[in-house]
Amino acid sequence: MELARHWRLKKQRYALQGEVCPHCQTKIFPPRDICPACKQEARTDHTFSGRGKVVAFTVVTQPPKGYEAQAPYVVALVELEEGPRVTAQLTDLGDEEPYIGMPVEMVTRKLRTVEGERGIIVYGYKFRPRLTVAQRA
Amino acid sequence: MREVWIVGIGATPVREHWDRSLRDLAWEAMHRALEEAAGLQPQALFVANMLAPLTAHQTHLGTLLADYAGLEGIEAVTVEAAGASGGMALRQAYLAVASGALDAALVVGVEKFTDVVGPEVEGAMAATLDADYEAEPGLTPAAQAAWLMQMYRERYNAPETAFMPFALLAHRHAVGNPYAMFRRAISEKHYRHGAPVAPPMTIFDMAPYADGAAAVFLAARDVLPPELPRPAVRIAGSAAATDRLALHDREDPLAFTAAARSFHRALEEAGASPHQVDFFEPFDLFGVYVPLTLEAVGYADPGQAWQDAERRFGLDGELPILTLGGQKARGFPGGAAGVFQVVEAVWQLRGQAGDNQIAHARVGVVQALGGPASTAVTHVLQRP
Repeated sequence: MELARHWRLKKQRYALQGEVCPHCQTKIFPPRDICPACKQEARTDHTFSGRGKVVAFTVVTQPPKGYEAQAPYVVALVELEEGPRVTAQLTDLGDEEPYIGMPVEMVTRKLRTVEGERGIIVYGYKFRPRLTVAQRA
Repeated sequence: MREVWIVGIGATPVREHWDRSLRDLAWEAMHRALEEAAGLQPQALFVANMLAPLTAHQTHLGTLLADYAGLEGIEAVTVEAAGASGGMALRQAYLAVASGALDAALVVGVEKFTDVVGPEVEGAMAATLDADYEAEPGLTPAAQAAWLMQMYRERYNAPETAFMPFALLAHRHAVGNPYAMFRRAISEKHYRHGAPVAPPMTIFDMAPYADGAAAVFLAARDVLPPELPRPAVRIAGSAAATDRLALHDREDPLAFTAAARSFHRALEEAGASPHQVDFFEPFDLFGVYVPLTLEAVGYADPGQAWQDAERRFGLDGELPILTLGGQKARGFPGGAAGVFQVVEAVWQLRGQAGDNQIAHARVGVVQALGGPASTAVTHVLQRP
């Protein structure tokens, strides 16, 4: 079931909560408590905007167990506007082809269903083509 | 530190061994290595394995294989470092013998991929990534390597055939390796029509996951008998390094820093310069790893390793690589992969490489990678 494993990551999965280093201001995601830039302790929470751009992408046609129903799906390396990069699927692409530099934003989606009679549904972040401008209008 | 020598090697062919078990494959390789060791007895067994807990529901391989091989009561342990497990197990054995803690040790790498198929194999391979932040979003090692191909071509404006030479070299060289899975040369036409895995990656840009075992027997120089059935080969240098596990955490994903670090430390220990290396076995689980490694260690300028690569890195080139087919064409037997590289290098240094023999080979370097150089283990092997 791995309930605890998924539960304890909910702030990261649902809200992109990471950290900011109080010493050098580096933004950190996922949280690791030691700043990768200055190696000092960093435990100050920081919630990321969810806006970023695609750095690299591909289409998974040979999926791991648990992801068969989703394949083929696009998995991308996304650079958040605050600096860190994350691994995530792209979603809501419609007819749009992903491209390097594509502006994207975080959305919460189902990642997979853990198999079993009482299987849990794992939710987390994916990224879609950025709609922010349209919403403001 | 005492001098450490390889006095015995053994391997099984790399195949889809439906009819054979993990212990059966491991035993065959161990048995052959022990036979060559002329009566020397190992004091410890180091097992290299990557996925048995996931694919065979088997942990505790050290005791399982020591027991099965009749090495009753000896010290035994499993070493796991993803694709670098074989190199890392060899290094642990090397350190134990070099330090004087042991006089002789046996290393066996073994993997059974084919007891599970398709998504279960991909799932097990994905466990070598950062499980929470790479595998959970659905990334696989193949998809990750596809990113590297895309980033490489984008940064260096390289053509879509940039990774082709490494597949062609591997397949050409595997023709002469009786243990190899694919003993057939491929052409540019084959390469261009490879079945897609994760664009731009096709089956020709990645090694086949397969079953197999390989073993190496190590002993301190001062305990060697005066006569050995096969010429001994010295481990002149050994070094390991790590990088950030998750590719997204690396400042430059194309840098392969750990590959460079372990390579240069191992050569330094051996007192050899990169120009004195007669052949090099980089880790081609994915073809893109090869140019990234060659560029990181300094055998090619950034973005240039693919240029004229078939000539430069062929058996008659300035630096032969993948001399017996690499992972691409010999096949990728997980935890055995890094041990296979050593077995093949020993063939070269003993003059047993047949049609693939590098003339006057004296110094060979083998490097095993876990992930995209997340772990890198390099050994320098030398003929006396």
